[in-house]
Amino acid sequence: MTQTRRQIFEARQRRRASTIAAASTAGVLLALIVLIPMAPGWEAVKRSFFNPEVFARTFPGLLEAFLLDVAIFAWCAPLIAALGLLVALLRDLRSPALYPLRLAAVVYTDIFRGLPVILVIYLIGFGIPGLGLPRPWNSPYLWGSLALILVYAAYVAEVIRSGIESVHDSQRAAALSLGLSQSDTMRYVILPQALRRVVPANMNLFIALQKDVALLSFIGPVEIFRQAGVYKSLLANFTPYVGAALIFLAITIPATRYADHLMNRERRRRT
Amino acid sequence: MKLWTTTAALIALALPAAAQDDCASGKTLTEGRLTVATGNPAYYPWVMDDAPESGQGFEAAVAYAVAAEMGFAADQVDWVRTSFDQAIQPGAKDFDFNLQQYSITEDREKMVDFSAPYYTSAMAVLTTQGVVDAGATPTIESLRALKWGADANTTAVPMLAELIQPASDPLLYGDNADVTAAMQAGQIDAALFDLPTALYLAAVVVDGGVILGQFPPERSQNPDQFGMLMEEGSALKPCVDAALASLTESGKLAEIEAEWLQATTGVPLIQ
Repeated sequence: MTQTRRQIFEARQRRRASTIAAASTAGVLLALIVLIPMAPGWEAVKRSFFNPEVFARTFPGLLEAFLLDVAIFAWCAPLIAALGLLVALLRDLRSPALYPLRLAAVVYTDIFRGLPVILVIYLIGFGIPGLGLPRPWNSPYLWGSLALILVYAAYVAEVIRSGIESVHDSQRAAALSLGLSQSDTMRYVILPQALRRVVPANMNLFIALQKDVALLSFIGPVEIFRQAGVYKSLLANFTPYVGAALIFLAITIPATRYADHLMNRERRRRT
Repeated sequence: MKLWTTTAALIALALPAAAQDDCASGKTLTEGRLTVATGNPAYYPWVMDDAPESGQGFEAAVAYAVAAEMGFAADQVDWVRTSFDQAIQPGAKDFDFNLQQYSITEDREKMVDFSAPYYTSAMAVLTTQGVVDAGATPTIESLRALKWGADANTTAVPMLAELIQPASDPLLYGDNADVTAAMQAGQIDAALFDLPTALYLAAVVVDGGVILGQFPPERSQNPDQFGMLMEEGSALKPCVDAALASLTESGKLAEIEAEWLQATTGVPLIQ
């Protein structure tokens, strides 16, 4: 099979581009590897942040503490999805009599999207138990999780609402004219399309949640971030934080790649 | 006449520098001045009213006494504030020494330098009247059953494991304020602090705060000894150590301790 002149030319162009990319990447890496250790403080930084001895001593404890992060994530995520969906549906209510519900949903998303997560965790995590609830109802796990759920559900609700609004109104009109009720229209026509469209955006939110779980440590639970802080304090060394970062990355990078993959598939499907 | 004034001016200029003992001269951050760091905020009874410049409070007084011993007048002492993390970060420090109840440990000693200890603290159990009324007593068995909290940045964390071995995992917090907030919210029953800090928290911060008992320093394998933190390999360390040794010998250090730290004999020992 003979190639056309154009194909030969394009193949040559591609080879040229890959060679340049490889050379420039190698150049940058080489510069980093050579230049950083030449900095006068490199030895001190290495001892403080990349200390193999400290790393080996603390890594198993960090892994164990990470299980708590996973557990908190596991029980928060479904509740966030459920509450987010509920709020999104409330915001879409069209009956005038139900306006108060719609208003409440608007106020809720405005407030919780506008507050820093850590502030909500402090307020709910210390504030509500401070009212005098008996154990175990004052647990920081309970109220801390609720704080995360409230904040993240507000974001998820907005994402789902954008999905609902992206379904053209003519579909709703068509469904209604076929005799479907309002709720059946939402359930069988709008939501299946809307939810599919917002999967990538929600994946991003859940990756962010994966990291924000660590904020719960501010109100007591000893998850990986706090455990790393304890090691840092006892050893006067920041290496445990690097260990914790690696553990987070091992989870979040594959999750991010997966979200990208979903997004690409969605784009291909639509075109 | 002109020569006279010039000479006088020169002598006046040279005097502060000449006033230091041979040891410290040329080894401080700024020639002729001593830069001391404390916490932000600095707490009672270590520093009164968060104003170390006044020399009021145990650590402020110790800092000025050490400075005087090394030949620095009170007006040659500068104060800066650092967090724990800033104190241990690699690279040049912005203080000559840093005192904010840093416990000397072997592991920390690998990363930074500590002076000789200037105070040896008992560990004390801070709790609330409610917990005592519910039957908590200063015995190990009773303490083991309590829900514990501690400041994650302190050696109280390993002390808890060593001295008490609580039945459930302790909750850990970022600072004293969060520990007391959790105690107020009923999320923890008791917390471990150095005795002077515990006395202050019980008297002033925690509503109905009580000191249940203390572990005298000799109870622990690694008693809580506070040292002044310096850069690893600090040239000033021998001078600070010599100053502390002479303050201990002359009884001045004990005097300062008696002046600022309450008598701790009234606190029951834990059985």
